[in-house]
Amino acid sequence: MARKQSSGRTLVVTIVAWSVGILMFFPIFWTAVAAFKTESDAYTLPQNWLTTPWTLENFGIVQERSNYLRYIFNTIVIAFLSTLLGLVFAVPAAWSMAFSPVSKPSIDWGGWRWLAAILGAAAIAGVILYSVNWDLTGRPLLGIAMLILFMAPITLWVFSRNTTDALLWMLSTKMMPPAGALIPIYLLFNRNGLIFKDWGWANLSDWNLIDSFWGMVPLMMLLNLPIIIWMLYTYFKEIPVEILEAARMDGASVWAELTKILTPMAIPGIVSTCLLNLILAWNEAFWSLNLTNKYAAPLSFFISEYSSPEGQFWAKLSAASVMAIVPILIVGWFSQRQLVRGLTFGAVK
Amino acid sequence: MGSIILENVTKSFGEHHVIHGVNLNVGDGEFVVFVGPSGCGKSTLLRLIAGLEDISSGKISIDGEDVTDAPPSKRGLAMVFQSYALYPHMTVRDNIAFPLKMAKMDPAEIDKKVNEAARVLNLAQYLDRRPRQLSGGQRQRVAIGRAIVRSPTAFLFDEPLSNLDAALRVGMRLEIGELHKRLAKTMVYVTHDQVEAMTLADKIVVLNAGRIEQVGSPLELYKTPTNQFVAGFIGSPKMNFITGAPAANRQAASIGVRPEHIRISRDTGEWAGTVGVAEHLGSDTFLHVQAAGLGTLTVRGEGEIGIGYGDQIFLTPEPDKVHRFDANGITMR
Repeated sequence: MARKQSSGRTLVVTIVAWSVGILMFFPIFWTAVAAFKTESDAYTLPQNWLTTPWTLENFGIVQERSNYLRYIFNTIVIAFLSTLLGLVFAVPAAWSMAFSPVSKPSIDWGGWRWLAAILGAAAIAGVILYSVNWDLTGRPLLGIAMLILFMAPITLWVFSRNTTDALLWMLSTKMMPPAGALIPIYLLFNRNGLIFKDWGWANLSDWNLIDSFWGMVPLMMLLNLPIIIWMLYTYFKEIPVEILEAARMDGASVWAELTKILTPMAIPGIVSTCLLNLILAWNEAFWSLNLTNKYAAPLSFFISEYSSPEGQFWAKLSAASVMAIVPILIVGWFSQRQLVRGLTFGAVK
Repeated sequence: MGSIILENVTKSFGEHHVIHGVNLNVGDGEFVVFVGPSGCGKSTLLRLIAGLEDISSGKISIDGEDVTDAPPSKRGLAMVFQSYALYPHMTVRDNIAFPLKMAKMDPAEIDKKVNEAARVLNLAQYLDRRPRQLSGGQRQRVAIGRAIVRSPTAFLFDEPLSNLDAALRVGMRLEIGELHKRLAKTMVYVTHDQVEAMTLADKIVVLNAGRIEQVGSPLELYKTPTNQFVAGFIGSPKMNFITGAPAANRQAASIGVRPEHIRISRDTGEWAGTVGVAEHLGSDTFLHVQAAGLGTLTVRGEGEIGIGYGDQIFLTPEPDKVHRFDANGITMR
């Protein structure tokens, strides 16, 4: 039963809650207002937002200068494809974690031993590379061997974890600032970088993952995969194992169990997860700004075009922002119940 | 048809040994009840028979065929779960039809069988509802319908009445009993409620910590329990156990006597005591008596016997109804 609260306290809480709400909504509201003002009016906005005339000219100018439709198409492609691709990997992963959890690590070493193994392997690799002066020209096999040596203990650690530790590890990969991974990813994706260069026996330098869906979609998928797996895991755990056992007793094969029982029961969870992933991929700005230019540039790039060295054009920037967020705002509005349920589901057991 | 034989079945979860060398013979058409305290392994044993868990060692045969390595779908068994385990996204009709669809039966045939099962279980008007729109008892019947419709070799019930309220439990118990009479199929039933066991079973298997303590008909277990555990488990209220002088006088380490086998008198008797709590049920009165030197004894009086808190009474056990146990708790005959 709810605790009784004095009306004074209720009043204070209400005021605080409304204040926080208004504060959080205000920037979006302001952006929306600025989008409908002329450029000069947008600069003088704070005091006269009701008196200056409203106009739709910014939207027209923005659409003329850069093709909104292409940007929204790119965003939709990246968001949807990365979501679908994420499901392909996340559903089996979450299934196995939810229904066949492992409670003990398969390699039971203890923290210090693992640390010693990982640092030791890294040290040996470092020493060997130091001895060849960090120059791998003409020594591809050495490079690969050092890579394997370095990655082996870490990979063994990751794959031998028990279920809860594995989930936490996945989530921890989201804790690293993305800027730290930008340069390596750039080198991997770029023509004449680490992979797409002339290897001698094969010339891959015609190919390039920068500014391409082939690069952006897998990247977005990998970025959000921990969250998708985590959310699907909490949804799958909600499904009583007895129902799957009943299906087994009723003669269902593994495939029938998956398609006729599990998936229909998991659909609400999968839908919520997809919605969340769509929103995350839609709003993603860091990677899209750095790794795309023209062909695969999504809406975040579109907005950034109006914040350029020539100056910041408030009205047009606001108009571009409004055009970028309106679609996802509509999707989010209609699915808010699903989203809230999805985000808080794991919390209440 | 429908005989199940377990030979030396053991089950361990890692280092944790749950079932120790169980040997059991379930005859065709028998209603066998696995009963025991929580954690004794009765549900695990049922799941081993069903094939939902692998046995660690031993052999299980159904109708003479070794099914030890066979998956659940190939054992010809049907199971009713404690939580009914109905498919929430399907209607009652689809729930009952599911096993037949998995068996790739002809749709017309499926319809016929589903309607038949629904008629037998009084579910005909609920066929197009979803499980969440049904009451507990109705859901239970859908679960039973789903089991019946496959015409399995044997039925397995895992505490099916535990989630129902008391009145419904009594009604469903009768229905299950009638079902057994009508279908004449083997049924293996797990429960912790010994009243269900006594009323439904042809044969009761009493389990304790993964071992079978005794197998026998309800009356056999009631009249001639092989050890103290079975004696204390069967019968409600529990049998009174007494050590000390009364046991020594009867050449036993301890004796047991059921509440209904003790005579009450205000004037004379073997043991004297003061009445503590008296439970008046109308049909019976249960007195919890503080007997000098013997602890608390539970005694049953028939009808309303007008004895209450604080009364001094005398108790005498019926001589041929006293069970004698040796130092290991085994019944002495």
